[in-house]
Amino acid sequence: MAAQVASRRTVVGWLFIGPVIAGVVAFQFVPVVVSVYASLTDWSGLSAPRFAGIANYLELFTKDPLFYLTLRNTAVFTLGSVVLSVGFGLVLALLGNEKLPGIGIFKAAFFAPVVTNSVAVGFVWFWLYQPENGLINGFLAQANIEGPTWLTSNSWAMIAVIIVAVWQGVGYPMLILLAGLQSIPDSLHEAARIDGASAWSRFWRVTLPLLTPSLFFLTIMQFITSFQIFGIIFVMTHGGPANATNVYIYQVYQSAFSFGRLGYAAAMGWILFVIVGLVTFLQWRLEKRWVFYGE
Amino acid sequence: MGRAALLYVVLAVLAIAFAVPLIWMVSASLKPENEVMSLPPTFIPSTPLWSNYVEAFHTVLPFFWNSSKLAFLNVVFLLLFASLAGYGFARLPFRGKNIAFASLLATAMIPGIIYLIPQYILYREIGWIDTHYPLWIPRVLTPVFGTFLLRQAFMSIPRELEEAAKIDGANAFTIYWRIMLPNVKPALAAVGVMTFMDSWNDLFGPLIFVNSQELQTLPLALALFQGEYFTQTNLMMASATISVIPPLVLFVVAQKYFVQGVTMTGIRG
Repeated sequence: MAAQVASRRTVVGWLFIGPVIAGVVAFQFVPVVVSVYASLTDWSGLSAPRFAGIANYLELFTKDPLFYLTLRNTAVFTLGSVVLSVGFGLVLALLGNEKLPGIGIFKAAFFAPVVTNSVAVGFVWFWLYQPENGLINGFLAQANIEGPTWLTSNSWAMIAVIIVAVWQGVGYPMLILLAGLQSIPDSLHEAARIDGASAWSRFWRVTLPLLTPSLFFLTIMQFITSFQIFGIIFVMTHGGPANATNVYIYQVYQSAFSFGRLGYAAAMGWILFVIVGLVTFLQWRLEKRWVFYGE
Repeated sequence: MGRAALLYVVLAVLAIAFAVPLIWMVSASLKPENEVMSLPPTFIPSTPLWSNYVEAFHTVLPFFWNSSKLAFLNVVFLLLFASLAGYGFARLPFRGKNIAFASLLATAMIPGIIYLIPQYILYREIGWIDTHYPLWIPRVLTPVFGTFLLRQAFMSIPRELEEAAKIDGANAFTIYWRIMLPNVKPALAAVGVMTFMDSWNDLFGPLIFVNSQELQTLPLALALFQGEYFTQTNLMMASATISVIPPLVLFVVAQKYFVQGVTMTGIRG
């Protein structure tokens, strides 16, 4: 009797979670296993995969200059966009946390680009960046500054792309930090105020330490997403000029779908997985050094 | 100047500088072609050319329809499967639950790019390439964050609510559908809004799995036809504006739930 009830319960339970579990197995678990195998083959996707051992990995590490170049570009992009968007996001969150009438409108304005698609964003910034008659250089010209050629300049293209990414994404850190700010009890600020702490020292001694858990979460999340930047690059630069903005995922995409090297692209995917995993692990290890969780 | 006034000035300057790209997009979409690139740049079109929108909408209508259809399918079915699984994990006692839940969370840690190539092969084998299936079926069946979020919501509902129904002889599905679902509406709204945004703004999926022009979604169609259809910048900007209106409107309307979802899961970047 008891056994019957238990098995009936199991059937009912699995009816509820079954579709999702089946989906995860079919569309995630199985592909992960296939992906490990694919990375060890020479595979164009047209004929059967030919087992090649670690040849793809060897080629990536020893023969492919684009592998290192795109990794470096991705690192530069990630560092720039994470530092700027978390820093700028903090400024916006502090402003947005002020109790002023109508503050919600400003917060919504800063968050709006997060929900706009990368193609529209890419279109607009592409025209803003036009060297001769774009809005940005037009303004710079008013101040007698000759603007760069932005997207076609080897030295400026990456900076231009980082600016767009920060503009589009800064609302997200703002939101997370606002949530963090709102969880800090007012009494702590009051106590510091009574002790005669200036606004500046209240920020450094009270606000910032209590915000470190949010900052920690954000740097990890932003790192993981920035390392997989694709949309803006695809729309605005196609990796150019001369590979100046060619990033890792764009290169994976090209290897697989432009050059027909599926096994090679799979190997690139796994290397990315290891890199992201290692850096995330390192961030967790460094957590104790700077993240403050209260008494 | 008072502190509040100063803050408003700082906020206003930042917000205006911040909004310039979007304002410029709308302004360019209403200009005649020869005015778009005029120097010095003008923000207010001399005479707003609303016909640009008629023309742009005419061009992008099929893609607008495709995007809408996919967003609808994604939202409806993701909510269904995620809430079923969320309820199962939150409330039903059964064998294998813990292992299943741990496996579900484990998949959240693997970057999407790892799945991509085998998925492409799989879809090709089963004839899904160049159809809309890859853009919704795999997604609604793998709603990891949605399941997690809804599980949390179900767990916060008092047990007494179910107990009474159970005594009345209601089965698990009736309890889930009649009693539990109506009680987690805010969480459903949060997951639904985020699912809409992800589906509407997706670039990678349609780019890789769909080839035919008539099956393309709105954002990607814009990207692909850049130059081909939109030799006129004003029409391009009108089309881009059309593509950002639905998510912006939804964001304004459902801001509360969207913000809640973002802060709870942290999956947007």
